[in-house]
Parts: sequence; C-alpha cells; structure tokens
Amino acid sequence: MVALELALVGAYLVLALAVGLVAFRLTDATAEDYYLASRSLGTVVLLFTTFATLLSAFTFFGGPTLTYANGPEWTLVMGLMDGVLFAVLWYVVGYKQWLLGRSEGYVTLGEMLGDRFGSTGLRVLVAGVSLFWLLPYVMLQQRGAGQAVVGLTDGAVPYWVGAGGITLFMIAYVVASGLRGVAWTDTLQGVFMLVFIWGAVAWVLAAVGGPTAATEALADSNPEFLALGGGLYTPQYIVGTAVYIAFGVTMFPQINQRFFAADSEATLKRAFSLWPVLVVLLFVPAFMLGTWAAGLGVAVPEGGNVVPAVLREFTPAWFAALVVAGALAAMMSSSDSMLLSGSSYFTRDVYAPLAGEADREALLGRAVVVGFAVAAFGLSLTATQGIVQIGNTAFGGFAQLALPVIAALYWPRTTRTGMLAAVGGSQAFYLGNLAAVVAGPFESMGAVGAAYYLGWHPGIPGMVLSLLLVVGVSAVTNPSPDENAGAYFGGQRAD
Amino acid sequence: MISRAERYGWVLALATLVAFAVPWFLWGDSRTALGLPLWLWWHAGWMGLAAVVFRLFAVRAWDDGVQGVA
Repeated sequence: MVALELALVGAYLVLALAVGLVAFRLTDATAEDYYLASRSLGTVVLLFTTFATLLSAFTFFGGPTLTYANGPEWTLVMGLMDGVLFAVLWYVVGYKQWLLGRSEGYVTLGEMLGDRFGSTGLRVLVAGVSLFWLLPYVMLQQRGAGQAVVGLTDGAVPYWVGAGGITLFMIAYVVASGLRGVAWTDTLQGVFMLVFIWGAVAWVLAAVGGPTAATEALADSNPEFLALGGGLYTPQYIVGTAVYIAFGVTMFPQINQRFFAADSEATLKRAFSLWPVLVVLLFVPAFMLGTWAAGLGVAVPEGGNVVPAVLREFTPAWFAALVVAGALAAMMSSSDSMLLSGSSYFTRDVYAPLAGEADREALLGRAVVVGFAVAAFGLSLTATQGIVQIGNTAFGGFAQLALPVIAALYWPRTTRTGMLAAVGGSQAFYLGNLAAVVAGPFESMGAVGAAYYLGWHPGIPGMVLSLLLVVGVSAVTNPSPDENAGAYFGGQRAD
Repeated sequence: MISRAERYGWVLALATLVAFAVPWFLWGDSRTALGLPLWLWWHAGWMGLAAVVFRLFAVRAWDDGVQGVA
C-alpha cells in the first residue's frame, strides 16, 4: 500500500517538475525575467499563484485541525482576512506598487523604499527584517512536508528523506525556471487543491449520510461549535487575527513581489474581485471537514492532523494519498515562491548594496535559492522551539512593516527618519513580546495579548505603534536632501 | 473621475463589507440550515456580495485614491 501511495505522490511531483521545465524553455537570462517573469502574468496565473502561495500547509493541516478542536469560526477569520481585507489591500498596496514598479522598474519592496528615501540603510533593514521572518517560515513548510510523508508511509520513509526530497525537488524547478515556472506550477497546484478538498468533503459526506446528518452528529457531540463565537473565538481573536495576518500577508516577500508581476491593470482588477469567491470555495469545505470530523468521532493522534485521520477512516488509501499530495502541493507552492523572493531580497537588497552589483545577477540569484533552501532544510532537522516560534509568528512580524509602507506610498510628508524609526521600533516591540514566549513565561503570543493588551494579539499594538512612529517622527523631522519623493508623487499614469 | 459623493459612497461600501463579513448580530446563534450553521450561510453570501461590489468598484471607480496622490 505504501508503494502505491508513494507512486501517486511521486507522479504528482514529476508532473509539477515537467511544468517547471516547460517554463524554463521560455525563460531568458535577465533578473527581471527570473524574479518577475518579465511582468507578464495574466489573471488566472496571477490569481492562482498568489492564492496557492498564501495557502501553505495551514489549509490542509493546521486549519482543519484548529476547527476540529474549536469549531468552524476560522472560516470567518479567513473570509474577513483573505476575502475582504486582503482584497482591499490588494488595491491600496498592490495596485499602487504595480504602478510604481512599472514606471520605476522596482523588483523588490526594499528597492522601492530605498529609492524613494535615498537610503541604502532602509533598503537593507527592510530586506533583513523580511529574511529574518521568512527563513523560519520556509523551514516550517519543509517540516510539514517531512511529517506528511512520514504520516503517509507510516514511517517507512523517514522524516529527513521526506523533507530533503521535497527540498531538492523545489530547488530543481525554482532554479531552472524562476517565477514563470513557480507561477505555472502554482496554478496546477491551486486547481489540484480545490478539486481534492471538494472531493474529500463529498466522499466523507456521502459515507456519513450528507451534511445534515454530519451536522446533527456534531450538535450531539459538540453543540457549542455550532454557535457563533465562544471558547477560542472572542471578537478580539477574530478581528485581531484577520487584521494582523491580512496586513502581514501583503508584506510577505513572495506576495509583495507578486504585486510587481501582473501584466496589466485589467489582470489586477479581475483578481481583485475574484478573491472573496475563491476564499469561500476553498476554506468552507476544508474547515467544515475538520469540524465535522469532531462530530464523527474521528480520533486525532497527539500532535497529528485531522484531515489525514478523517480520510483514513472514510476513504480508500489511494484517495487519502492524493489529498496528501495536494497538501504537499500547498506547501511547495508556498515554499518555492518564498525561496525565489528570499533570493531576490538577498541578492538585490543585501548583497548588491554591500558588495556591489553582481555581474550575472540571475546566476547569483539561483545560487542563493539553493543556499536558502539548504539552510532552511538544515534548520528543519535541528529546529529548536525558538526557531519554530519565530516561524509561527512570522505573519505578525511582517504586519509591522505594512503601515509604514502604506504611509510611504500615500503620504508625501513621510521622511526617511520616520520610516527607520517605525520599522525599527515596531520590530523591536514585536520581538520583545516574542522573547517573552521563547524565554518561557508565556506559552503563546495569544497569552501575552490576554495578559497585556486586552486580549489582542501583540501584532495589533505593534501595528498601532508603527503607525504612531511613522506619522509622529515624520512630522517632526525634515526630509533629507537625497530623498526623492518625486519617484512616488510625480503623477505617474498607467496606460 | 468620480464625484466626491460617489467616492464617499465607495469608502462606506468597502467599510460595510469589512464590518459585516462576520455576522456579529448572530453572535451566539446556533441555528443551522441545510447542514451548515446559519452564520456560515450569511458569510458565504456576503463574500458573494463582496465579489460583486469589488467588480463594480473595478469598473467604475478603479484608480480613485491611488493615481496621482500628492
């Protein structure tokens, strides 16, 4: 049975690699093509690559397991976060960045800010902060992949082989084909995930007599799950989680860089209005499957995940294997993009300003992808609790960048000193809170929030602080002579 | 360009979409319909409405507030 499951997962991986290689044939040697597919992504590809990149392991593993234990309200958190708030930010941050990227040729966030504020320091700081949160997050994806393979094969394939195999595989197609290959495989993976999560729900519901029967079983076992709110789900939790993750997502390098990669305004408009629909289509089935499993008496092993458990109970082994392949797809489609963006941040915003422009940037970029992937894999083998916590809290770390960036995009009075103070100050604040978790007194950031911030996740007061700092410090400082507000406020036009 | 009144209208519409993505008025309500909690149906419908409003915004008011801010 293990052989069949591995064959299915392997066949899927080969298919994704083939797509990457076709894209490679279309790739030329410039950095802009490697990182941004020459700003040529159309609606379907841009939508799915952003979507698949967002999803990560949480859709199949973390999310349903949370709703299994706490009820389905996470669907609302997701809808508010990715369906509405992210869509609005897609316009406010993404469209604005796309316009600037087209007129000024920016490839990374650090480049965009460094140019406007005439500051190499700000450029390196933004890239450094981003890489600090990104690397452990990539590591978590590899860990998830390794654990999924162990679970699928009942331990016949050891953890390091699973995580290492996925790492090698991603290196192969990211190195070969850059964003074009990543975007195409993401589209394949996104479609794959949607089809399989609906297939899984349909299969399980057919086996237990339909949604009404499943919900009645849940009403007997966990009636509190059906009532909106309660337990984990306080208003602060729902709103705070949605807000800090939505803002954090826009600053995640692989998402932020997508803002530069659209081929036209029409593409951005179409993707904008399709967000809420896509979010409902994916998360309602994924999270209800987890919730229903609680009513169906599915047992989840300590530290395990509910989706593999419920599939093992109600569907044939080959189907469960396909869904695990879908979950691996979700992890890879996040990690591959993160590797690529991490490479561009390092190459352009850390290496180039400090060591000089690389002669062959696209080649150096590929070498950095390999280095980054191997480093994250190494971390995944040795990860301490501290590293895991940094990865788990990365969204909040990125969220601290969002409001200063929005100020820079829309408020001409923003100064370099204001930006440095806001980025540095809010990161220090957030890291201070994280230190309280890593060092031991608190078990999670949520617990810190409950103790000090009226139940709000520390990411929220951090964002407020970043806004106060960028506005306050900018108001009392003057722009430096080498700042270039004209780069943003010169009245650029889209054609 | 859209009129100032329409601009305020869009800000209000987007703010309303954000505010009621979670049906706060059903807080604590556990009624179900067709196998799903009532509040989840509200949410799914609201997301559909959001897609329509976003589409209208993209057609009518796109560029407003983003282009030529100075």
